[in-house]
Amino acid sequence: MSVVTNTTTIGAIDAPSRRNTELVLLGFAVAIPVFAYLNVGLALDGEVPAGMLGYGVGLGLLAGIAHLLMRRFAKYADPLLLPLATLLNGLGLVLIWRLDQSPRLIADSMRRYGSHSGDAPQQLLYSAIGVALFLLVLVFLKDHRVLQRYTYISMVAAIVLLLLPLVPGLGADVFGAKIWIKVGPFSIQPGEFAKIVIAVFFSGYLMVKRDALALASRRFMGLYLPRGRDLGPIITIWVVSLLILVFENDLGTSLLFFGMFVIMLYVATERTSWIVMGLLMSVGGAVTVASFAGHVQARVQAWQDPFSCYETSQACDQMTQVLMSFGSGGTLGTGLGQGHSDLIGFAANSDFIFATVGEELGLAGVMAFLLLYGLIVERGIRTALAARDPFGKLLATGLSGAFALQIFVVAGGVMGLIPLTGMTMPFLAYGGSSVIANWALIAILLRISDTARRPAPSPAPSPDAEMTQVVRP
Amino acid sequence: MNKPLRHIAIFCGLLVLALLLRDNWVQFVRSDELNKHPRNKRVTIERYASVRGDIIVDGKPITGSVDSKDPLYKYKRTYVNGPMWAPVTGYASQAYDANQLEKLHDTILTGNDDRLFFDRTLSMFTGDTKKGGNVVTTLNGAAQKAAFEGLGKKKGAVAAIDPQTGKILALASTPSYDPSTFAGYQAEDEKAWVALDKDKNKPKQNRALREIYPPGSTFKVLTAAAALENGKVKDIDAPTDTPEPYLLPLSTVPMKNHAQGCENATLNYAMQWSCNSVFAKLGDEVGRDKMVEMAEKFGFNNAEIDTPVRAAASVYDKTMDRGGNALSSIGQFNTATTPLQMAMVTAAIANDGKLMKPYMVDQLVAPNLDVIERNEPEEMSRPMSQETAQLVQKMMENVVENGTGKNAAIRGVTVGGKTGTAQHGEKNKARPYAWFISYAKTDSGSPVAVAVVVEDSDATRDDISGGGLAAPIARSVMKAVLDGRG
Repeated sequence: MSVVTNTTTIGAIDAPSRRNTELVLLGFAVAIPVFAYLNVGLALDGEVPAGMLGYGVGLGLLAGIAHLLMRRFAKYADPLLLPLATLLNGLGLVLIWRLDQSPRLIADSMRRYGSHSGDAPQQLLYSAIGVALFLLVLVFLKDHRVLQRYTYISMVAAIVLLLLPLVPGLGADVFGAKIWIKVGPFSIQPGEFAKIVIAVFFSGYLMVKRDALALASRRFMGLYLPRGRDLGPIITIWVVSLLILVFENDLGTSLLFFGMFVIMLYVATERTSWIVMGLLMSVGGAVTVASFAGHVQARVQAWQDPFSCYETSQACDQMTQVLMSFGSGGTLGTGLGQGHSDLIGFAANSDFIFATVGEELGLAGVMAFLLLYGLIVERGIRTALAARDPFGKLLATGLSGAFALQIFVVAGGVMGLIPLTGMTMPFLAYGGSSVIANWALIAILLRISDTARRPAPSPAPSPDAEMTQVVRP
Repeated sequence: MNKPLRHIAIFCGLLVLALLLRDNWVQFVRSDELNKHPRNKRVTIERYASVRGDIIVDGKPITGSVDSKDPLYKYKRTYVNGPMWAPVTGYASQAYDANQLEKLHDTILTGNDDRLFFDRTLSMFTGDTKKGGNVVTTLNGAAQKAAFEGLGKKKGAVAAIDPQTGKILALASTPSYDPSTFAGYQAEDEKAWVALDKDKNKPKQNRALREIYPPGSTFKVLTAAAALENGKVKDIDAPTDTPEPYLLPLSTVPMKNHAQGCENATLNYAMQWSCNSVFAKLGDEVGRDKMVEMAEKFGFNNAEIDTPVRAAASVYDKTMDRGGNALSSIGQFNTATTPLQMAMVTAAIANDGKLMKPYMVDQLVAPNLDVIERNEPEEMSRPMSQETAQLVQKMMENVVENGTGKNAAIRGVTVGGKTGTAQHGEKNKARPYAWFISYAKTDSGSPVAVAVVVEDSDATRDDISGGGLAAPIARSVMKAVLDGRG
């Protein structure tokens, strides 16, 4: 007889492992991209693409190995996250491969660099590295609470990562935004990794300070204002965000970090005043920066009326092309391989890959993708709800919150809902840093959910509970 | 911490919801608008993505497509004898859109027309590459050649119609342009386009359809028809009551006659030598409103004459005073017509008073040669009775036999015509336009009516210039049609 006394959403006791569910879902997550690959090949060349078998087997192997290790090392983890990530990564590969075949992009690349090589093989390599990192995290991070020990190291690491692109000689200014660093032949976007590291720092810091931040405050006009000394870290983060915005021209990253911090503060302290303050500070910062940074102004202008300013700004030209891509997709899209999203130009497979989804899979496809991302986010938050330790709760919140903000900022940007920022769609867009970092993010979420759902060890048999022996005289 | 967490969950849900709503807005609500945006290259890409159908004259294509080996637009338009056919085909340029037939029947030529849906679906299964349909025109290659070569280096236009059906047989405009010079989107295409744009001779202008000229004396055939229809003249060989000099109504300015013997001349004589006074007086007697009615029956003041390429509206002023009407009756004042319009007037007379709607597309044909659409001859109006038409014919034939139009005569064929010299410009300083309208007639009715205008006549200001410059061109066009029938 089991005693159910859990108050969390997910039952702590006798939770089924759900590994078989995951396996079935993974089957779909591999099959769908393989069919998409076939679809592109048939649409472009009218024949089954040559790499079909290799691609299918490769994706299947990656998913299979991940699944087996999950069975071994994270038996009780959430069953949805791995299939979702696999599906998105697989479809991303198909989309990049599809853009590789575009004669327009090939011609453009020939003109620019005198050569052309597809991005899909590299992306496949990055995905493999990403899955490897995913596995390493699962195998070696036995308990996420270990990360708690590295709170302040994380802070230093995050700041270093964020400010690295500003180091002369290391940072690379690519089309206006200084968010890359170049190490040898590789260019890395440290912001993607900083996203995870900084979540670790916030969780550790807030776990310790949450009571001070929540309780030691003065009431002012109906809001609880924190004490001056507690304001220190939030001001620091705000300043760092602004610095990124001003010196790296990176609207997305600064928004992401500040938003993530506000969300985590709110969850940690349960005080609405933090949200109000956070919003005020971000609006204040954004307005201040926008009033003197030309790069930001151009983006805002391109957002407000993309069709009127394309002659003066490259941002506008991209924006119009992206909007027309979405528009011509219509409800059902043109079909994979049959759109003209390559008109967007050089960033078609990175920043603007979502436009290809919009044009070739249409409204239906975009909504499906948004729901897939939404599912990842909500599964992450569910993990946070289920987590039993505050550090795990905060970490899961931060990671899923950051993921949600990133989706919103990128998709909202390319669809013209908010000004465009130079960020990438997780798993979908071409870029090593992004794929690798997001696989690590999923791994940490899985680790937290595994700990949350793992049944409590059965209590040691208590002598009192044993049947009373009747000693016959 | 679970309560704020649930709020965050809702917040994240709202973020996704906002994206979903925005997506519906962009891809569903604004889809059409974005698709039709002039900056959207997809229409052009689609236009040149497959082998474009052809525009056909006499069973032979006058257009073509070549593989341009270009990543953006796969095929490029070519033209056979581009300058000669430009007023018919228009152009289809990767950089500068398309016009005229190339634009109007774009969906047929690209094969994207809804009526070709079955063909497209079929070729999807048979694995054929997509092809466009063809546009079969009514034009006559020999007549077009005669018209274009007749105009030669002169500036002007020719329009020829089959009076019995309304089929357009020739449509020439000079100076012309070669649409293949800017069919692509490279630097040389831009150069050619800019040069054409800057050319003050306006080579891109389709003079046969889109330019209006004062018709001068050629308009007198219309005035004659109006006078006969309204009973102002009963016998064309009876003297009219015309003073010499004739004073315009409401004016003291005497009207000048170039010809001799116009005082009380018969209508036939007045036509033969183009007496201004007789026709001005007759126009005044018919009255403005009746003149307007007559002109509009012929197609004046109609901005929607679609061949299917829309012709500019010819003008006969509806509000002028008596003096203006008298001047308009001899093709001056505000009166202005396209060469096509004058060809229509001539055609209606040659067709015994029945005006057929002019058209230049005979059939639209699917890639598999099925006819998708066939244009049938259609009556546009009956501006005059058969008797009136035959009387005017008699006078026009007299012009060619004995009068100012001798240069148009063809041995063994009945030809009727009328010359015209339209003065224009401030105080008539500019060089006059030389006009000639005519038709040829055989036993089975008239196969061709033609209107010719030559802009830069350097001849004397005399009706002879119409007869001298324009009539030979009309003659060779008529001859080309007649020879083709033999």
